[in-house]
Amino acid sequence: MENVVLQTTGLHIGYHAGKKQASTIAGPLDLSLYPGQMICVLGPNGCGKSTLLRTVSGLQQAVSGSVVLNGRDLSRLKPAELARQISLVLTDNIRNGNLDVYSVIALGRYPYSGWLGILNEADKAAISKAVQMTGTAEFLNRKIDSLSDGECQKVLLARAMAQDTPLIVLDEPTAHLDLPSRIQLMRLLHQLAKESPKAILISTHELDLALQVADQIWLMDSNGHLAAGLPEELVLNGAFRQAFDKDGISFDAATGTFPVHITAKEDVAVHGDGTAAFWTRKALIRKGYAISTSGNASILITIAENPEATQWTMKTTGTEQKFYSIREFLEAL
Amino acid sequence: MLSLLVIAFLLDVAFGSVHIPVKEVIRVLFTPYASNESWIYIIEKIRLPKALTAIIVGCGLSVSGLQMQTIFRNPLAGPSVLGITAGASLGVALVMFSVGSLTSLYTIRELGLSGSWLIIIASSLGAALIMLVIVSISSSLKDNVIVLIVGVMIGNITLSLISIWQYFSSPELIKDYLIWTFGSLGGVTGNQLLILAIVVSLGLVISFLSSKMLDALLLGDNYARSMGLTVKRARLVIVLSTSILAGGITAFCGPIAFIGIAVPHLARALFNTSNHRVLIPACCLIGTVLMLTCDIVAQLPGSQTVLPINVITALIGSPVVIWIIAGPRKLRGF
Repeated sequence: MENVVLQTTGLHIGYHAGKKQASTIAGPLDLSLYPGQMICVLGPNGCGKSTLLRTVSGLQQAVSGSVVLNGRDLSRLKPAELARQISLVLTDNIRNGNLDVYSVIALGRYPYSGWLGILNEADKAAISKAVQMTGTAEFLNRKIDSLSDGECQKVLLARAMAQDTPLIVLDEPTAHLDLPSRIQLMRLLHQLAKESPKAILISTHELDLALQVADQIWLMDSNGHLAAGLPEELVLNGAFRQAFDKDGISFDAATGTFPVHITAKEDVAVHGDGTAAFWTRKALIRKGYAISTSGNASILITIAENPEATQWTMKTTGTEQKFYSIREFLEAL
Repeated sequence: MLSLLVIAFLLDVAFGSVHIPVKEVIRVLFTPYASNESWIYIIEKIRLPKALTAIIVGCGLSVSGLQMQTIFRNPLAGPSVLGITAGASLGVALVMFSVGSLTSLYTIRELGLSGSWLIIIASSLGAALIMLVIVSISSSLKDNVIVLIVGVMIGNITLSLISIWQYFSSPELIKDYLIWTFGSLGGVTGNQLLILAIVVSLGLVISFLSSKMLDALLLGDNYARSMGLTVKRARLVIVLSTSILAGGITAFCGPIAFIGIAVPHLARALFNTSNHRVLIPACCLIGTVLMLTCDIVAQLPGSQTVLPINVITALIGSPVVIWIIAGPRKLRGF
């Protein structure tokens, strides 16, 4: 493909500890990122997600290999030039200063404004566009330390948008957010990637959200390997299972989740589909049953969703009982 | 605010151990006549230089405090808190020691023009040394409070070095040094006033030119770097101007406490902004008014006594510091 935004070749990432030999965390990495793409970096803690993001954004030196941004070598870019290529949303605490939301977003225009930082019309237009796209207009006049975590992340995203770079890198933007804010932010990022030619690179622990929104996933494991591919590819070829497999926790490709309940005491067959059947299966797994797909289960449950009431029918050898609420049914089980 | 400044300036010139009516002050300032010959002398040779010194000190210390609070991202940073004035004192002490003469401010004055420059450079270098030490330590420490404690400790080390030297000095020297530590706006006249004004103006200009860098640093080093700032160079420039400001003033006026830490907070609260392009002039304005007010109070209007300026700045500055720590915004906001 043409016009690649970010390309790494033989990149090894890690730390330079003093004058000693640098310790490599992961590599070699050969990655590319194209305009309009949203890529999620996934992996267990300590696998080097943040290090990768910090390395491609120039905050940290690569151990070896090259990072090329829009055809130019990262190490040759001056700070001011780099600031027009990549904007960042970091986990650093910014909740101090007498900073109000508008000032934070306006700081995104830093690479463009004059020596005193006075904003011109173009700067103001870029700011209001960023504000509008991120939906931050309602708290523009508030102080940054009065915002909720979710609002704060939106403001930081708006600041990165105002910086108007082809690549936005976000390090764990969903950490500390409640579920609605996490979904909102991911949806927003997905939208931005679709509607603008920007490339978005984020690291996250939100596996199921990442599976829903990412155009590609870079999956890192603790041994320094990185698997890149479509979300579904990585699920189907077992890369997910491999990356997260430890201490009896395993990825269930059938549901796309990590099951909490592992030991099953009895097989149950569930007939019926629809919402009630879905949640009945979940409840049974929580209670320690295994959902059987073969015909020889000792318990057979049929769910009928009628307009007036949902009905659970439980058949065991010799008995048959009917229930009209899931609580009743589960208590009788 | 500006009119407040003019009023404070006039009152400061008017009050003193000899009372001169404000009307006469204006007359002396704008015409060569006065109803009393000695008033002209008092105003031109004593009061006016002192008021001008107050203005210079107010601007310089406030702006150096503002820069320190931004660069350390710490609401309690200030030249007197983090040992910067102690470093400046060490510089002054070292010069006096190597010159081998008396240790007092009076000696500094007798050193003449080149001596004044020497003292200012030594004092600024002392301030810069301590500041560089604290900057390098603070970059590896995330916790505000720890940086503060380290700063206070380094200040203590510096002061104990001075104490050792004092211990081997004669009682008169110790007394002179003590008087110097009380701080004084008086006695900076003629060429010294000119030198101080040049040095502080230089510091203020550098500081104002770095206001964009200071803004970027509000979000922390990583964000600043990602916005195209060369953080190391920016820090160096800011350390330089802060040291010039704090060092120059400390050399001539002694370690004046609390102005540097309190004024930036007042400026942020009154002007409700974080933009250094506004905050730096605001600090100058508020610092000047506050310093002139402190000087007026120190004269104890109506009495013959004059209190050391440090007593008054501490009386006014300490409540502000308490407000920062215990007030509604706590340590988070700065």
